[in-house]
Amino acid sequence: MNLKYLLSAVLLVVAAFASSKAAPRIRPVPQAEAQNAQNATKKQAPATQGGTHEDEGQRIFDQNCSRCHTAPDGFSSRISGTVVRHMRVRASLSQHDEQELLRFLNP
Amino acid sequence: MPRFRLSYLPVTLARLARFVLFVMAMLCASRPGSAQDTPLISGGVGFQTSTNGGNTKYQPIIEPLLAAPIGPRVLVESRAAILETWAPRTDGGSGYDHTYFGALTYLQGDVTLTPHVTLVGGSFLIPFGTYNERLSPIWISNFQSGPLISPLGLMSTGTGVGGMLRGSAVSHPKYSIDYAAYFSASSDNEQFNSDRSFGGRADLYLPKPRLELGLSYGRLLQGTHENFYGAHLWWEPKDTGFRLRSEFARGHHAQGYWVEADYRMQAFGGPDSVIGRFEPVFRMQQTFRRDTIVSDGLPLVNTQRADFGLDYNLPHNTRIITSYSRQFSSTGDRNIWETGIVYRFLFPAWKGRSK
Repeated sequence: MNLKYLLSAVLLVVAAFASSKAAPRIRPVPQAEAQNAQNATKKQAPATQGGTHEDEGQRIFDQNCSRCHTAPDGFSSRISGTVVRHMRVRASLSQHDEQELLRFLNP
Repeated sequence: MPRFRLSYLPVTLARLARFVLFVMAMLCASRPGSAQDTPLISGGVGFQTSTNGGNTKYQPIIEPLLAAPIGPRVLVESRAAILETWAPRTDGGSGYDHTYFGALTYLQGDVTLTPHVTLVGGSFLIPFGTYNERLSPIWISNFQSGPLISPLGLMSTGTGVGGMLRGSAVSHPKYSIDYAAYFSASSDNEQFNSDRSFGGRADLYLPKPRLELGLSYGRLLQGTHENFYGAHLWWEPKDTGFRLRSEFARGHHAQGYWVEADYRMQAFGGPDSVIGRFEPVFRMQQTFRRDTIVSDGLPLVNTQRADFGLDYNLPHNTRIITSYSRQFSSTGDRNIWETGIVYRFLFPAWKGRSK
């Protein structure tokens, strides 16, 4: 086994992990919080055609992401777009759903 | 772990490291894109033990996932499985035997063609039923072992090498329909092993009752051409912590079903309370042989199995997964004990600035 490849890969992963610490983190909705947030935003957020953006984003999150797995505790806002694009393929989201979900994760 | 067939031959760690370096180099060469589209590394790392019919094994495992956008329409994603299995020696000696397994589970490129169509190319998970695509990652599944019928419809490898069209056909507040249709060529490549086949899946989701119904079909196009049919029903009532998932699959030589119910005890102080983090799970499954030709990975005889699980959702994306199963068949009944701990990680592949 060629050890230099293994060491290089480990170093890359460690470096990537270390570099991720400074980013602001998104906290995508434990269910109880999400319900509170939803109630709050019903009063505050600007209304759109089908309700508020957060209502729509919450609905899409619940119907697509939460159907298979619980939300991660939090993640960097720098990867929110990548997370949503991955979910678009895995959960077969439409473009509209993708945009609403991205807006929900980055209010 | 039948889903990882992709040739069970061990590959060297150096080969995997070379692949990681190649992907990293490719990503470094590409434009990082906007801050929110920074490539990510996700996945799960865990330690699992199981005792099946008296035979115990220990298994450290890591399943890293890489997702990297390239421009506004293309996403490259890949998942690998690296694990080592330790078991007490069976030749009467002391100590343990161990085997290594490392392979890519899939490596695909996704191209957004229209708001409702995404083209997937490369090595992808076969869209049949729900387990392979949605529940097989170790950081998602409620049980360590997959359902007995999970090999049905997966064309022996679980992955296809070719192309797939998928997307949301209709997305309406009252219902949504999504679809996936694929064609796979035959491939003998060690990392990207697949059979020639085609198939697909369609799902109807009703948000109000939180009900999902789906149908799957697959046809093997090499050797004895065989058809596979599948259906699934999921029900996840709102704000209850209860989930019911079920699936039926029928192949040329066998058929079966599983029904899984789980309840996150969030009614007792919320999902983050000491009690609310518990998640009892029950799964019932049966398989039935239609003939004695065994080519599908299902048990050789009709089998019934009841799985009783108790999971605990620790803070910081960590889960403890335990279960006891009793399996009944004419070849002998057996007990299966499984315990494991899994940590899910998710972080950017490199440093960057937020928008």
